[in-house]
Amino acid sequence: MITLRINGLDVTVEKGTTVLEAARFLGFPIPTLCHMEGLSPYGACRLCVVEIGQEPRTRLVSSCTYPAEEGLKVRTASARVLKARKMILELLLASCPQSKIIQDLASAHGIRTQRFKQEHEDCILCGLCVRMCEEQMMAKAIGFRNRGEKRSIGTPFDVKSDACRQCGGCIYVCPACQLRCTYAEPEKAICGGCANLSPPCVEKEPFDDMMCYMDPCVACEIDKKIDKR
Amino acid sequence: MKKEVLVSDIAPTESCRHPDMTNLLRIINKHNAAGGGLIAILGEIQDEYGYLPEDVLRIVSDQSGRSLVDIYGVATFYRSFSLKPRGRHLVCACLGTACHVRGAPRIVDELERQLGIKAGETTADKEFTLETVNCLGACALGPVVVIDGRYFSKVRQSRVGQLLDEARNGFDSAEAAKDKRIFALNVNCPHCNCGVMDETFALDGLPSIKVNVSHGGKEGALWLSCLYGSYSVAAEFDIPANVIVPFCCPHCERELTSASTCSMCSAPMVHMLVQGGGTIQICSRRGCRNHMLDVA
Repeated sequence: MITLRINGLDVTVEKGTTVLEAARFLGFPIPTLCHMEGLSPYGACRLCVVEIGQEPRTRLVSSCTYPAEEGLKVRTASARVLKARKMILELLLASCPQSKIIQDLASAHGIRTQRFKQEHEDCILCGLCVRMCEEQMMAKAIGFRNRGEKRSIGTPFDVKSDACRQCGGCIYVCPACQLRCTYAEPEKAICGGCANLSPPCVEKEPFDDMMCYMDPCVACEIDKKIDKR
Repeated sequence: MKKEVLVSDIAPTESCRHPDMTNLLRIINKHNAAGGGLIAILGEIQDEYGYLPEDVLRIVSDQSGRSLVDIYGVATFYRSFSLKPRGRHLVCACLGTACHVRGAPRIVDELERQLGIKAGETTADKEFTLETVNCLGACALGPVVVIDGRYFSKVRQSRVGQLLDEARNGFDSAEAAKDKRIFALNVNCPHCNCGVMDETFALDGLPSIKVNVSHGGKEGALWLSCLYGSYSVAAEFDIPANVIVPFCCPHCERELTSASTCSMCSAPMVHMLVQGGGTIQICSRRGCRNHMLDVA
């Protein structure tokens, strides 16, 4: 058994437990996107950063991949952690502005404006779907391809995979997938439009004086893009 | 004077429609260790076909027990693997920081202009493929250009055309002319004593040795480089590696057999007379480089 101190509270956990699990056991909230119970930890989204070590030599690590150590000092919500987490969220939001999950996390972290250019990537490369397909569905139909800025997830050769049983597990776990939030195309929407955006955007009515927490508004941006085409 | 590089007119895509299963299995079994060896497998396949054909990758997946996703992931991750057919000559220009500040973009522009293609493309005649890399680790020598595995340092715009010409004619022939250890041999058939030199088909810039071979029910001509020390060959049809083929004289049609066998692979040796006295024996197995020269 290993004893570590999280935010000043001692907790004893079994060997092999991650810092994230220990913190959640104590009830400290740590936001995650690429972590899911039953899937191997991956550490892609970096949202679960925590500060470990003692002043002045502390460092930020991803808690979902960091195993608990004897006597480890962890802070899950220090100023440095919150600043880093906010920046990560802003960047995630810039790459996938239409994801409801990321939007909700962003608004929960007090992000009110989009500082960065919106890329509309549809994917944050968190690898949840890849791990779901391999570890839970035992299919290995999709995986990472290419590298660097060309990295993407999909089937080999971009053709329908023989290994795919169309279980939908990848879409179910995806935090960014457009299939879950297709407000810009209401007739294809599955989740019924997202709560944050539905008042001003789904109806496509001018709501100039309507309060919208996103500035610039994501859906309005997409609207403009479609108009341009 | 053996078959090593098959410079046949058979396009790479042609041979991949019917992948040579025995050869693929040999490659896979050679490297397929527990959990490793994928890059070695892909590397050898790329050497064989010039690129990684889709159906071959599917066979590798079936035979090695790896999922296609993993193989495709590795094949697309590394720049040196290509999923598209490449040209006969691969031109690779370094665009790393050091090469960049020494004018590599101008070299790439010049290469693109002379070849008439953009980086990452292959010329219509399938002669050249132009690629860029981000660093070759030879920063002090920049700008670096690699053509067919040969490194050229401090390349200037004015030298690009000359390098492409040398690549077109084959670097081996250019070096063979300078190297005194490499010399030309003219040979005769030991049965009818007719010359088997073919003036109309040049290999390494010199007349080649023409013999008839048969494999898998097909018969055709095989041209060997007459340079002692060069292993360039050309053939009318594809001969897989490690296959023993009978060599016949194109004039008297008799087989060029020898009493001895290869000391390296124990395949039968092929016997020919050297004009001016002496004999040359070469191994009849494709890929084996064993030979014996006995000049009187």
